[in-house]
Amino acid sequence: MKWDWQAVADFMPQFWDGLLVTLQALALGSVISFALGLVWALLMRAPSRWVTWPVGVVTEFVRNTPLLVQLFFLFYVLPEWGITFSALTTGVFAIGLHYSTYTMQVYRAGIEAVPVGQWEAATALNLPVARTWRVVILPQAIRRVVPALGNYVIAMLKDTPLLMAITVLDMLGQARLFSQENFQFTEPLTVIGVAFILISYLASLLLRALERRLVH
Amino acid sequence: MSTDIQHNPEKNPADNRSGGELIRLEQVTKRFGDNTVLDHLDFSVEAGKHVTLIGPSGSGKTTILRLLMTLTKPDEGRITVDGEQLFPATEKQIREVRKKIGMVFQQFNLFPNMPVLRNITEAPVTVLGLPKDEAEARARELLDLVGLADKCDAYPSQLSGGQQQRVAIARALAMRPKVLLLDEVTSALDPELVAGVLDLLRDIARTTDITMLCVTHEMNFARDISDQVLMFDSGRVIETGSPEKIFNDPENDRTREFLSAVL
Repeated sequence: MKWDWQAVADFMPQFWDGLLVTLQALALGSVISFALGLVWALLMRAPSRWVTWPVGVVTEFVRNTPLLVQLFFLFYVLPEWGITFSALTTGVFAIGLHYSTYTMQVYRAGIEAVPVGQWEAATALNLPVARTWRVVILPQAIRRVVPALGNYVIAMLKDTPLLMAITVLDMLGQARLFSQENFQFTEPLTVIGVAFILISYLASLLLRALERRLVH
Repeated sequence: MSTDIQHNPEKNPADNRSGGELIRLEQVTKRFGDNTVLDHLDFSVEAGKHVTLIGPSGSGKTTILRLLMTLTKPDEGRITVDGEQLFPATEKQIREVRKKIGMVFQQFNLFPNMPVLRNITEAPVTVLGLPKDEAEARARELLDLVGLADKCDAYPSQLSGGQQQRVAIARALAMRPKVLLLDEVTSALDPELVAGVLDLLRDIARTTDITMLCVTHEMNFARDISDQVLMFDSGRVIETGSPEKIFNDPENDRTREFLSAVL
């Protein structure tokens, strides 16, 4: 087996396409999982069991079934009911939904970690409940959970190759396509492996910078 | 009137102190599980008075403040503040009555994610609907009063415990409450910071008409500011009177025991 730089050069155009798709999936998946996870976490604190019970069941179900199964389901079953999205849209939504069931637990821990004295001070000042959430509780809770959310960004990155299963050409999809056409496996797979490490590293640097900014 | 708290420099402490009954608790009972913290308690406080609640821990003093602040609900009884019912009451009624009451906590409970000035202006702006610049002007006056005029932009974590508690006092006063509840406000402070906070409260007690309800273990402070002292034991008021009487000539054996232990 020998290393062929020419193969690396030949792979590059496809690599950039794949990188763009991977980064899109990661960025949008993160945004969806952060937003949806917060919605779940807040709904789970609703006073009525008519809210908490269904939310609990759905999120438990999503968390405990494989992402790959969810991808296939959304991509192949939903169109039978007339709901059709592009492969990438479906993939981004599936990743976001799946990881939202993890981020909701992170948020829950963050919300519970805000001292009860903060709620009491807000009550003593007669702040409305919604305002208390928005300016007192959530800013403190979210600040606490940024490191934990960051870990899920890295985990999501490592799950983006699953999108290949529903025809999305992410970095791995492009590498596999290139390999099958040129019978050269080492170079494209090595390139995307290095790319994954670099993205993880950059993401962790970004998150650490964010953490520092959030700490007073 | 320019200052934030109802400032009245001409005032003789004997005046203005009999504005009628402001707080009334009738047959109030509060249980936590099997433990009856307050047992059919009756008491009332007149407007402008400074009342100190003393007694062993677990005797129900703090629970009274928490009931008045609606941080917890009684199991039985009736609570009235300034002629309006606080319990039993609807959430809407509670919100109205709560505007008349301010509280300072043992652990300060400042909002750590907001600078000092915003801690003080948040509620006046969002609850009382004050314009932002007016709320800020008032907050600066109050910070001046508590001796922290230069700390507007600091975050709570950058302040000492004593400074945080002064900000918390300013924050409570910014809502112009009729009643100020003080829950062991110096218990969490380093000993060298206690005197400053107590002096500030003495000042406020002397120069304003605010009705004060204090739970404290600082007996000298209680003696200085109180018009009336209530001695609690096991959820009941076992003795009540002027500070001179309670501290110098208590009638009840439990009061005597308690005072000899803490003085």
